[in-house]
Amino acid sequence: MSRPEGLRTRYETELALLRHGADRVWVALLVAGVVVAPFLLEDFWLSVLTFTAIAAIGAIGLNLLTGFTGQVSLGHAFFLGLGAYAAAYLGGDLGLPVLVWLPGAGLLGALAGTLIGPFALRLRGLYLAIVTLGLVFLGEYLFSNLRSVTGGPQGRSVVSPRVGDLNFADLGALGLPLDREQSWFLFAVPILLVLAVAARNIVRSRPGRAFQAIRDREIAAVIIGVELARYKVAAFALSSFYAAVCGALLGSYVRHVTPASFDLFVSIQFVAMVIVGGVGTVYGSIFGALFIVLLPRVVEQLSPYLPLVSGASVGGGLTLAVVNQVIYGLLIIGFLVAEPLGLAGMWARLRLYFRTWPFSY
Amino acid sequence: MTDLLQLLVQGVALGAAYALVALGFVVIYKATAVINFAHGELMLLGAYLVYGLHVEAGLPFLLAVPLAMALMAFVGWGVERLLLRRMVGRPTFSVVMITLGLAIVLRQAIAARFGFEERLLGDPWGSSALALGGVQFNVVSAVTVAASGALLALFFAFFRGTKAGVAMRAAAFDHEAALALGIPVRSVHAWSWMIAGATATVAGIFLAAFPASLSPALGFAAFRAFPAAILGGLDSPGGAVVGGLTVGVVEMLVQGYQPQLAPWLGTNVHVVTAYVLMIGVLMVRPYGLFGTREVERV
Repeated sequence: MSRPEGLRTRYETELALLRHGADRVWVALLVAGVVVAPFLLEDFWLSVLTFTAIAAIGAIGLNLLTGFTGQVSLGHAFFLGLGAYAAAYLGGDLGLPVLVWLPGAGLLGALAGTLIGPFALRLRGLYLAIVTLGLVFLGEYLFSNLRSVTGGPQGRSVVSPRVGDLNFADLGALGLPLDREQSWFLFAVPILLVLAVAARNIVRSRPGRAFQAIRDREIAAVIIGVELARYKVAAFALSSFYAAVCGALLGSYVRHVTPASFDLFVSIQFVAMVIVGGVGTVYGSIFGALFIVLLPRVVEQLSPYLPLVSGASVGGGLTLAVVNQVIYGLLIIGFLVAEPLGLAGMWARLRLYFRTWPFSY
Repeated sequence: MTDLLQLLVQGVALGAAYALVALGFVVIYKATAVINFAHGELMLLGAYLVYGLHVEAGLPFLLAVPLAMALMAFVGWGVERLLLRRMVGRPTFSVVMITLGLAIVLRQAIAARFGFEERLLGDPWGSSALALGGVQFNVVSAVTVAASGALLALFFAFFRGTKAGVAMRAAAFDHEAALALGIPVRSVHAWSWMIAGATATVAGIFLAAFPASLSPALGFAAFRAFPAAILGGLDSPGGAVVGGLTVGVVEMLVQGYQPQLAPWLGTNVHVVTAYVLMIGVLMVRPYGLFGTREVERV
């Protein structure tokens, strides 16, 4: 194994999911970690990781669309909402099991994405961004007005994931020594892993190459034979599928959703995850999701040491919410200016540094 | 009939305010090919500066406004100098996201300083109203319409008639070609941000004037003005005004008639009509009504 890791001499290695032997070890460690974690970590950290896993699904979806295909979307919150309400309707009103409502929500999202996709064929760049921005407002309007399904502005509850008597959110009922947080962790993380591997498979194969060709230069992509219409719509459908699954899980995890749970700020959070994590990498989206989920909690932990005003801020002043949002804003700016490759880029540089140490230049 | 006229007048007044906001988008887009998502917050900052100078510091309104405009021009210059200059040559997406990040920071900073309560700007027009043939309108509406008309004329003259204006158009068209022709693209960008800052102040004042009031929520008005700018075409000042007026009038008409004519549409329809209208127009004309078609080179 004297050959440097970065050097690849065959296309098969370049395209492979696991590029070398060490990757198998990492995967085994990861799987072992997921199984062991619920029994080692406190509920607080399990909840952080569950939120991360759910958010990462949405972030991967947005990254497929924006990072890989280059189609800017600010409408991610709309598809999240669609998924959450679909879960509530299919699982709650129709009483279907999770095995039906979770894919069902995803497919509904994909259908909506397919309908939005054609707009991307007609519009370019910033014009498209504003149309997707409009989707968020349209979504808030629809979610508040379609009362029979969404419960109006007060929102509605979302069912927990169950198949018959088996409730994935409460595996303790089966006699296993697991509480709600542990059960959710064991439910959400495998879904993330499956969807992340699926995304990785998509981007390393034909459709993913087509997406990236479209991102890099649309006309050139068409000339080398990429079917623009098909792949742009596919990217939207795929991204919305991920977003809707994320929304459905999120709704089920937090139990209650309102139209305000899917406002523009949610879209911005997902954009921040993609940017902070690393545009155009699947594992970067997971980093980004972890970072963005962790951030408000870290600020909260640090709040005794910060000059903060507690409670509601009618009269202004620095509250927790204000500080959090300012940090989001600064992070987006900071990463874009200083580290456009995001955490994934830092990680890659760090690895390179140690691999080539002590000749790290 | 009077109802209709009344709604139309209100719509035009609202539309003129939107047009002022949209003009700010257009200036930045025309010179730098970027949509400034922080424009709503610049507007807010401008309006709060006027509030601070006029109400809190006690300066006369007519002195506070130019002073605030100058300060905002400085803020615009700072934004360009500190953030956007580092982004030259990066994908548009990244640059736009920077302005989005700036928007979040600015809004929270303003909320932290001034709080969320509604304030009166203390403008000399106040709530005084005129009646003309049975139609009531506020003096401030007339001033808004006049101001956006004047600003449009100024822009038109600037972009057509002055060297700086032509340089801006050239810089927007192609950075490299403009540089090769000896156009100082950097200072052109700085100038356009300064102009946008000053324009934002004017827009902020009129959006915060009667019947509305000044509060951080006003920043969201920018999201209502996006469709106006897009509708008219992002790089056309005339389009911004047409778009603004269209959006304003349609919004008012929907708000006025929808509860009787189509109650099944539910509440808050007027918030989304602008976007629906915009999407419809974009499907027919992808670069807006008066926007320049982009020519793509292989």
